[in-house]
Amino acid sequence: MWTWFHKLGSPPHAYRILGKMAPWFGWPALVLILVATWWGLWKAPTDYQQGDAYRILYIHAPSAWMSMFAYVMMAVAAAIGLIWRIKIAHAASAAGAPIGASFTFLALATGSIWGKPMWGTWWVWDARLTSELLLLFLYLGYMALRASFDDPQRADRASAVLAIVGVINVPIIHYSVQWWTTLHQPASVTKMDRPSIALVMLIPLFLMMAGFQLYYGWAMCRRLRGEILRRERNAGWLKEAN
Amino acid sequence: MTRTPILEAARLVFRRDLTLAWRRWDEVTQPLIFYVVVTTMFPLATTPELSQLRLISGGVVWVAALLSSLLALEALFRADVEDGTTEQWVLSGQPLGYLLLAKVAAHWMLTGLPLVLMSPIVGTALGLPFEAWGTLVVSLLAGTGTLSVLGGIGAALTVGVRRGSVLLSLLVLPLAMPLLIFGARAVTMAIDGDSPAGPLQLLAAIFFLALSLGPLAMSAAIRISVEN
Repeated sequence: MWTWFHKLGSPPHAYRILGKMAPWFGWPALVLILVATWWGLWKAPTDYQQGDAYRILYIHAPSAWMSMFAYVMMAVAAAIGLIWRIKIAHAASAAGAPIGASFTFLALATGSIWGKPMWGTWWVWDARLTSELLLLFLYLGYMALRASFDDPQRADRASAVLAIVGVINVPIIHYSVQWWTTLHQPASVTKMDRPSIALVMLIPLFLMMAGFQLYYGWAMCRRLRGEILRRERNAGWLKEAN
Repeated sequence: MTRTPILEAARLVFRRDLTLAWRRWDEVTQPLIFYVVVTTMFPLATTPELSQLRLISGGVVWVAALLSSLLALEALFRADVEDGTTEQWVLSGQPLGYLLLAKVAAHWMLTGLPLVLMSPIVGTALGLPFEAWGTLVVSLLAGTGTLSVLGGIGAALTVGVRRGSVLLSLLVLPLAMPLLIFGARAVTMAIDGDSPAGPLQLLAAIFFLALSLGPLAMSAAIRISVEN
């Protein structure tokens, strides 16, 4: 019954399955992002306090969420590869790192662009911004460690340990706005009671989050296929397939 | 053949490291001199006014202590991995975490502890008042201890890598940032006359977290490094 799951651990099967899965992530992602963009830029009303500049939220919040999600996925894949010695898991971890780093950079950049007209400053060293910047450093450190080894197996396992050690930063980012009330907006959506944002502004946010999540899935399919190709470039199945 | 009890084995590792360092005494003093030099650079770069330096003295002392500790960390495991001692530890069947913790403890005693003892003098040179000495020493004790463990993890991951010292700093410094935030804040609060209990308690929590889980990460990293 679990054959399909075990098959995913085999590079040729994974390559084939990922190729089939990618359009199922990609097209819905494109549609959702386009709809959310139209809704967020056009249909949603102007905020009474922030005017139209708040609309950058629709890029900023999903990017920040995805940056943390991608790190956790990377750490989980690394842990699976480390514990059960599954090469595909290490490949998934390696493939996911640049995606997560890009999301982190996007979150920091859009937050900075939002901050200037809203609060008059490009940057402030409050808890959430600092820990998000830390996340970017953790991604960069992970990629640097990976690149510094010639032996691919040692690269996999060493960077897996690093990813797992760094995952403690993710809950710190998420809860930093609760533990230290500072400049950054406190939690409006994932609090325990009703969200404190209007529904007509909330829906495009959810659509954009779903779109980004599906985009992550599509990007992971594509990058993981590339990573498999790179690792298996001398393997027999690849030569036969060509 | 009976196996050596682990505490005895750890004590042997600890004593070995101290003995080896005693024979190369100058290597122990180098991070200390770096510490003094770096803290001297700040008054030269900013202002010689003690009243203004006092405002940043907590942070400067902490940053300089972190950077100085990092200098010595790269060579933590290098010699032992090169001559095969680490491989013998991995094969010995002893719990690797304890042996590595003993090594880190010896390293801390040789680099971290001198920095802590030097810090009141260096801090006073930056305008740190006498009342804040206690907080400074306590916060740096926990801080350098935690950094030795975190640096041990980083050193174990990067042992044998070309130009590993920069990579080691890149890996360890982001992990050490919460440490820096709480430690420097504790000292600054003590300078202002507030009670630094909050940050000091968080610092202690981070220290115990590192002490308990750090050896696990270190032994995993060492096993990976000596595998091939």
